[in-house]
Amino acid sequence: MEKFSTHTGIGVPLRQSNVDTDQIIPAVYLKRITRTGFEDALFAAWRKDPAFILNQAPFNAGSVLVAGPDFGTGSSREHAVWALKDYGFKTVLSSRFADIFRGNSGKQGLLAAELAQDDIELIWKVLENAPGTEVTVDLVSKTVMCGNVVAPFEIDDYTRWRLLEGLDDIGLTLQHEEDITAYEATRPAFKPKTLPARLS
Amino acid sequence: MAKTLAEKVWDAHVVRKGDGEGANAQPDLLYIDLHLVHEVTSPQAFEGLRLAGRPLRRPDLTIATEDHNTPTLDIDKPIADLTSRTQIQTLRNNCQEFGVRLHSLGDAEQGIVHVVGPQLGLTQPGMTVVCGDSHTSTHGAFGALAMGIGTSEVEHVMATQTLSLKPFKTMAINVEGTLRPGVSAKDIILAVIAKIGTGGGQGYVLEYRGSAIRALSMEARMTICNMSIEAGARAGLVAPDQTTYDYMYGRPHAPQGADWDAAVEYWNTLRSEDDATFDVEVDLDADTLEPFVTWGTNPGQGVSLSSKVPSPEDFGDENAKAAAERALQYMGLEAGTPMKEIRVDTVFLGSCTNSRMEDLRAAADIVRGRTKDPNIRMLVVPGSARVRLEAEAEGLDKVFKDFGAEWRFAGCSMCLGMNPDQLEPGERCASTSNRNFEGRQGKGGRTHLVSPVVAAATAVRGTLSSPSDLDPAPESAAVRSSAA
Repeated sequence: MEKFSTHTGIGVPLRQSNVDTDQIIPAVYLKRITRTGFEDALFAAWRKDPAFILNQAPFNAGSVLVAGPDFGTGSSREHAVWALKDYGFKTVLSSRFADIFRGNSGKQGLLAAELAQDDIELIWKVLENAPGTEVTVDLVSKTVMCGNVVAPFEIDDYTRWRLLEGLDDIGLTLQHEEDITAYEATRPAFKPKTLPARLS
Repeated sequence: MAKTLAEKVWDAHVVRKGDGEGANAQPDLLYIDLHLVHEVTSPQAFEGLRLAGRPLRRPDLTIATEDHNTPTLDIDKPIADLTSRTQIQTLRNNCQEFGVRLHSLGDAEQGIVHVVGPQLGLTQPGMTVVCGDSHTSTHGAFGALAMGIGTSEVEHVMATQTLSLKPFKTMAINVEGTLRPGVSAKDIILAVIAKIGTGGGQGYVLEYRGSAIRALSMEARMTICNMSIEAGARAGLVAPDQTTYDYMYGRPHAPQGADWDAAVEYWNTLRSEDDATFDVEVDLDADTLEPFVTWGTNPGQGVSLSSKVPSPEDFGDENAKAAAERALQYMGLEAGTPMKEIRVDTVFLGSCTNSRMEDLRAAADIVRGRTKDPNIRMLVVPGSARVRLEAEAEGLDKVFKDFGAEWRFAGCSMCLGMNPDQLEPGERCASTSNRNFEGRQGKGGRTHLVSPVVAAATAVRGTLSSPSDLDPAPESAAVRSSAA
């Protein structure tokens, strides 16, 4: 995973709550077996509308998405994170993220930064009044800067650390393989196994 | 400190307590008892293992099935959509390479991953269950801690049989009273989501409790736990009881002999202590609950079927108001329209929420001996090939076909429209599935989430309807219904 410490880029105000992962990437795009190449799928239905914000310059070159509450609800599809990244987004700001989306972001180096809704509203105003304004998201100090707005954001310490260090968490877990093996030895016999298969 | 059920299950699976403080504090590492796999969210995870040269640690705790892409017609022919066919072939290749048990299209155990696990007896109380699918919360009905995960986590579980998980908060959903006829588990969960909102459960594990929950069958409890994710929850569960044990006993992978006794002894400990405290408690009155239906484009936008389409002005919060305006426009609805006057084009009976035997039986009891509205298309998609076989053994296929519905093969189907079962733009659907998002069932499609009996009654009348809106069925049908 790429390290993330700070990022500055054009902010994109997406004034909408409950942006679910079916909107971020519709199901028809999930048939691919690759992990990249999803930029065309991002917000595919909404992008058919010329008035959609990503169809307008300079927002089409944005890299900081500023969305309404409950971003990333619904399906667990990590493709939503891949599509945002492939399009060029480095970070998403919202006052509330769905748990699975937030987890997926943390695994892929996309920063999901949680801000107070009041601060989101202030940033929206700046971005709408002066399109193209850049937003700086600093993971070291957990601060967002946009125009004259300076706002703190929340992220859990473990995800922040892994993002700052760019760490692969499978590698981290496998450092504790002895613990896993020891735990396995204590599992009760009645717990089911899928193999050998028993059929009805 | 007295523990809740969810905390007990969590504690029993800690491989390594999180340590460190501040910036590099690590969360607990939890053991995963069962990993369910399907074709959509696994290819990139298998590829990750291959690239890193890692084995899949526990094929014997892993099981795969084909469900999201599979056609529900002509399943003996090659899949027509080439990208779907490739994705399914990729799953077959991966399962063979990594030694994972797979139930493919055409196999009697193939079906929606969340129907297959419980039906085989692989889902048991006190387990940790994960799957690269948000509706994994379904398995919580057995008192398991069951969570949907993303593909990176799928790969993590494949490689380590564990997950690093952030601690959760606990929420009790207390449902007391007795459901009236025509009101079901689906109405309970739609009412819960309307009450707490799509983000209300965020960070929480929900425990459904109370006399109304105790009175529910396992299949009904699965319907409720299934949609916990629609309230934003990490998971939802119900403490196991005799209903749970009766459902499990004799299933292929249920414990046998002395193992069964040992298991039941353990399962009996799986309940929240009387003096355990939940971070939040929510109460719902089962006595007064009515059939519920969604009017908007997220599952929290629901009302009683007997009420009207709300107005954006009904919402105080600016974001909710804007969301309601947008939803009404997408759904093509006018505020103030009685829900029961909304005419639908398609009825979908299926999905991991409502496609088990009990759901099919309940809907069949409504349509038996009645005539379908001529303008309605109705799809019945059993949750698994096994459910389809059982239903056919009871003659339910004939009931649905006589009514004029299409009897399909098992899979996720029109819940998300990854296969050819999709809505046309502007088409309106009463659906027993779990998500009414824009375009969920096909681009431009409009979804109203309902229970199986409301779906069935709607297919009779052509407008959103509850069973109580129907004229009495012909007598012969009623006799068969009460015998079933």
